[in-house]
Amino acid sequence: MPKKTKMTLKEIKELLQAEVITGEDCLDREIRFAGGSDLMSDVLAFGKPGILLLTGLSNSQSVRTANIIDAKAIVYVRGKKPDKMGIELARGKGIPLLSTKFMMYTTCGLLFSQGLPGVNGLPHKE
Amino acid sequence: MKMSEENGLLQRFEITGGDFGNAGKTSTSIKEILQEIGIDSSIIIRASIAAYEAEMNVVMYARRGVLTLNITPEKLHLKLEDEGPGIENLDMAMQEGFSTATDEMREMGFGAGMGLPNIKRNADKFDISSIPGKGTSLGITFCLNQTEKK
Ligand SMILES: Nc1ncnc2c1ncn2[C@@H]1O[C@H](COP(=O)(O)OP(=O)(O)O)[C@@H](O)[C@H]1O
Ligand SMILES: [Mg+2]
Repeated sequence: MPKKTKMTLKEIKELLQAEVITGEDCLDREIRFAGGSDLMSDVLAFGKPGILLLTGLSNSQSVRTANIIDAKAIVYVRGKKPDKMGIELARGKGIPLLSTKFMMYTTCGLLFSQGLPGVNGLPHKE
Repeated sequence: MKMSEENGLLQRFEITGGDFGNAGKTSTSIKEILQEIGIDSSIIIRASIAAYEAEMNVVMYARRGVLTLNITPEKLHLKLEDEGPGIENLDMAMQEGFSTATDEMREMGFGAGMGLPNIKRNADKFDISSIPGKGTSLGITFCLNQTEKK
């Protein structure tokens, strides 16, 4: 199977058998890289604009962090879902939220094996 | 949002210590203001990240704080002044990985000891001072003038 270097949110949703919490109308959005962490300080330190954020942190800080770093979307792992405040903020900012039953390792593995690179796989420009 | 000629834009935000539910709202507002003004997007991200980590520190460690945003044609300046325990050893606090955060704070996704180092890394100029038992002040500056950028 040819490796992909980018995926649409719709392809990601299908691969991860994910539920769309908000942003159903943005599923044609293209994702070029992803990064996973439950630590928002990590995401703020290593995240890059355009990132697909994978996290198990379900409070509204995950959405606030995604908004701050211009993440393209969030996938919550382990079946997590953000609180109401988080969903409202994501809706307002146009950040699609997905939720998958898979755990972090499996979620990353599934995406990586499709060819979707991590943040560090991109050339850095400081 | 209009800037006056001499002082530029000046806006003040109050941050309440321990208010985890609203933590991050100030930084989100600041990002919106910067976008509205049309600041360069790479500077918006750096300033928003610094504001967010600094705001979280006030929420996590202090009783209350004030964030002042000042934008002139030359620079974007964030000043944070809080009333709280202050920091005994600034060199230690600036080290990556040093943290006195509680489990509750870690559950919020913060408390990895990366906040202050990340604020410094993103800023063009960073000042920190603290009086133990009284509070902590941060000055975070971003150059808007391309030629002065580091
Ligand atoms: N505003 C503040 N008031 C009191 N202590 C602070 C403040 N900001 C930071 N600190 C102290 O410095 C440490 C390091 O801060 P930081 O680098 O942001 O990491 P973290 O918040 O993840 O612990 C904190 O754990 C805390 O002990
Ligand atoms: Mg911190």
